Amino acid sequence: MGAKPMPVPDADSRRFWEGCREHRLQIERCADCKTARFPPAALCPHCRSSRSEWVAASGRGTVFSWIVVRHPVPKDMYAGEVPYVVALVELEEGVRMPTNIVGCAPDAIRAGMPVEVVFDDVSADITLPRFRPQVPS
Amino acid sequence: MWTLRDKYAIAGIGTTKYSANSRTTVLNLALEACGAAAADAGIAVEEIDGVVSYHFGDSVPSIAVATGLGLPAARYAVEFSSGGNAANLIVQTAAAAIEAGLARNVLCFRAMNGRSGLRLGGSRDLNSRGITQYTAPFGWITYPQAMAMWCRRHMIKYGTTSEQLGAVAVACRRNAALNPRAMMREPITLADHQSSRMIVEPFRLLDICLESDGACAVLVTPAERARDLRRKPVYIRGAAYGGGPNQGDDLFDAIRWPEHAHNYAKYIAADLWASAGVGPQDMDVAEIYDCFTYSVLMQLEGFGFCKEGEGGAFVEDGNIDRGRKIPVNTHGGLLSEAYIHGLNHVIEAVEQLRGDAGSRQVAGAELALTTAGAMTCGSALVLRN
Ligand SMILES: [Zn+2]
Repeated sequence: MGAKPMPVPDADSRRFWEGCREHRLQIERCADCKTARFPPAALCPHCRSSRSEWVAASGRGTVFSWIVVRHPVPKDMYAGEVPYVVALVELEEGVRMPTNIVGCAPDAIRAGMPVEVVFDDVSADITLPRFRPQVPS
Repeated sequence: MWTLRDKYAIAGIGTTKYSANSRTTVLNLALEACGAAAADAGIAVEEIDGVVSYHFGDSVPSIAVATGLGLPAARYAVEFSSGGNAANLIVQTAAAAIEAGLARNVLCFRAMNGRSGLRLGGSRDLNSRGITQYTAPFGWITYPQAMAMWCRRHMIKYGTTSEQLGAVAVACRRNAALNPRAMMREPITLADHQSSRMIVEPFRLLDICLESDGACAVLVTPAERARDLRRKPVYIRGAAYGGGPNQGDDLFDAIRWPEHAHNYAKYIAADLWASAGVGPQDMDVAEIYDCFTYSVLMQLEGFGFCKEGEGGAFVEDGNIDRGRKIPVNTHGGLLSEAYIHGLNHVIEAVEQLRGDAGSRQVAGAELALTTAGAMTCGSALVLRN
């Protein structure tokens, strides 16, 4: 069984992945025009400022689009995982993030469905932010 | 905007056999198709001084083709690191290079062992660096998986159905049945589409294009030169390349794309039609990039053959069939002829405009659209005879 791909944090993304490791979802935004961005990047594509700040995201969002992977590729990595759901989730902060939807039957997923982050410690160093249907509080 | 209307022409075309196993090298495929295009035009190989291609690290550099063909001086031997979105871009670039005096006669080619060698659809960068760190760790890895996300968005926004996608697959296969070059000629029905295995929802097996070994090449030359050559020239009337904002960090990445129910077509259509001085209603055939069934819907909408959101109903009503509103993918497309990454669409358009398409000829075809791309960026040509 091959090792699944794991994020390789870099200068732009280190803070994001460190936050996930601490079970905190953080989003980078421009310190000047306050536009949130994902993925993290050195420049604000809105005003080209290089000053940025990290803000705590609410961890809530909605399903923008999703797929259900039935045929595993690469097979040795995902044969035991299918079916699984990959979604683009629109966060309350206004950015979209690729993720998995867990804790929900694939056929029950709907566009616009409210979801919330759940952290999955997949290795000693890496935690992936996945999402599950929002539990009413 | 393209300002070279009708000043350049495709004077020759060449292909290899399309197969699941060429049993030869990609370089040999490229040389065979390029040599055939030069011979078809009736131009001496010594007169060719430009070679343009595109690939994903699965092909050979343009200088290798220049070397293999023995070009005395390749002044413009370049390639794009690109996907099928560049299939028409290379033709535009060839003409632009000639206009600028960088070359006189330019071969454009795409060669690949896409089934027996590196399979683009089956795998991708797994190292999870750069933009891939946000996608691959979630098991979002292959191109079918990337584009299924777009297709779903079209379904969400417009109510597009799997049966409507199936209409594209069935139409392409019906055309392929008339095409001796096509890899898949056995007719299929909508029921076959609906019972084909689910690969990545919403895509079934028959929503996904073929994987092929093969090569295509076209020779671009000034119009006045083309008129002195062996074959009837096919003029490059209009051209456009590009996309919208946030085309992404690579071809897979569409995290920041504003709305995945539309693709690049919506953004380049105005330039394309203005450059050509004609519109979708004037096209006799349209060879539309069909790596997946859904991409045909978004391009029919984006280029204005139907209204936004109506692509599903448009194909379901048979409007893309032969003899109807706009015959699409008269060769069978990437879905049923072969996956030569979109350059095979240009070959088909040229054959249609020459009147050489045999039993699949659209009678009296004078204007053809070719498109290339499915996601954030792409290219298109209007060709005429
Ligand atoms: Zn800013």
